[in-house]
Amino acid sequence: MSSWRRLLPVLTGLVFVGIWYAVHFSLSTEERYLLPRPDAILQAFSDEGAVLGSATLNTALGALCGFAAAIVVSVACALLLSLSPLIRASLYPFLMMLQMTPIIVLAPILILWSGPGFLSVTIITFLICFFPLVVNTTQGLISTDRNLVDLFTMARATRRQEILLLRLPSALPYFFTGLRIAATLAPIGAIVGDLYAGNSAGGRGGLGFQTIIYSAQFKMPALFATAFAGCALGFVFVGAVIALQWRLLHRWHDSYSRTDS
Amino acid sequence: MSMPPPIVDFQRASKRYGEGPLIIDDLTLTASPGDFISLIGPSGCGKSTVLKLISGLSILTTGTLKVNGLAPEQAARELAYVFQEPTLLPWLTVGKNIELLMQLDHSAPAERTKIRQRVLSLVRLDGLAGRYPRQLSGGQKMRVSIARALSRSPRILLLDEPFGALDEMTRDHLNEELLAIRQQEAWTAFFVTHSVTEAVFLSNRIVIMAAGPGRIHEEISVNFPYPRTAETRHSPAFQELVARVSRVLRSVEEVLP
Repeated sequence: MSSWRRLLPVLTGLVFVGIWYAVHFSLSTEERYLLPRPDAILQAFSDEGAVLGSATLNTALGALCGFAAAIVVSVACALLLSLSPLIRASLYPFLMMLQMTPIIVLAPILILWSGPGFLSVTIITFLICFFPLVVNTTQGLISTDRNLVDLFTMARATRRQEILLLRLPSALPYFFTGLRIAATLAPIGAIVGDLYAGNSAGGRGGLGFQTIIYSAQFKMPALFATAFAGCALGFVFVGAVIALQWRLLHRWHDSYSRTDS
Repeated sequence: MSMPPPIVDFQRASKRYGEGPLIIDDLTLTASPGDFISLIGPSGCGKSTVLKLISGLSILTTGTLKVNGLAPEQAARELAYVFQEPTLLPWLTVGKNIELLMQLDHSAPAERTKIRQRVLSLVRLDGLAGRYPRQLSGGQKMRVSIARALSRSPRILLLDEPFGALDEMTRDHLNEELLAIRQQEAWTAFFVTHSVTEAVFLSNRIVIMAAGPGRIHEEISVNFPYPRTAETRHSPAFQELVARVSRVLRSVEEVLP
């Protein structure tokens, strides 16, 4: 039963590819370029391998830097926000403003501030990842079990001990909820950032920049290949977060109890 | 022979949260070293508040309270608290949970290990130091919680209905184990419970509280000698005392506001 279950995604994938071919051949000859065959997309991967590889790496680097910066800054902000309801009441509206402002409107402003290229891409990725991280981590920090807080208070624990030994570990599951959302957003942020603020000079263009190039050249198979490269990058980010989450939580968190005990 | 000074001394104590109603009114209660005092009464009579006042988690509105001659907030090192829930840190192993209070006190690692082994042995959980709380049964978790409290070698142990969530058989076993541990460790206990049988089995003094506001209704002495065993529960004198405490408790509950 379990081996069948593992095969299910493969079977679903094969059916999907079959449908793809069927749709392709059902189109008129003139329209077929709109939906290239899967093998044509594979061919594009081969033909454009060097360019796509370099673009994927550039996007990955921008996504990784923005993602890492978002983690560091959001945890620091969450610690600050968790200190008192007054601080939260003062700062939350501005965090909401940041989240509500469309990133594509901010992009031109960032380009004017920091110029096109890597820094702008990183800042855009940071902005898109920051909100889910800070909100979830803050929620985790303020949701610590009241009895555990009382235990630390009774033991006359210092504020530092309470944060390091109690609040931060207790907030880990919440932090990872935010991290998983941010991990899916990071490559998207980097690609969108690259689309608006990318810089091709010296081979530093990312997947967003390649999208513009291929689109202008009507290279449909290469465009699809670019989309799949972005998708693969998303899987790498989310996979890395899931692996880290498993490493840190599987021994003790209830969400892993069915598979582990 | 002179009486030893009380280790806990409430004099005309009252407690009110903010502008709310009185939770405890005019409480005068003293405990001598070695007392095992059970606090029993209807919900809302302030039993847990008494423990929070002793522990310094809450402060009196009026009256005085001395813990080992000190203000409660200065006596933190003298006492340990066992909560209604095991209150273990799920990300730490049993061993690390037991060492937690010592870690907060900056005890040396070698001393921590020594004490951990001693208290694990006291609660009969040797060999489980490497397990995580979620791998333990409810009774085992509560044993770990007690072991953690004992790791401080407290003079006063505050237990807030620690066995309330356990089945009756496990509760009876843990009651017996608690008394067996007390034979080796000379602490004074304040024990909150809703179980009359448990109160009679464990204590030498039962304080029956009334609600609205919380106050002492009656105190009953329990004179069965320690050590007490499972057989103690079956004696006619024990059953008679359980019936007496139950009658008083019912009379208190019937006049609830």
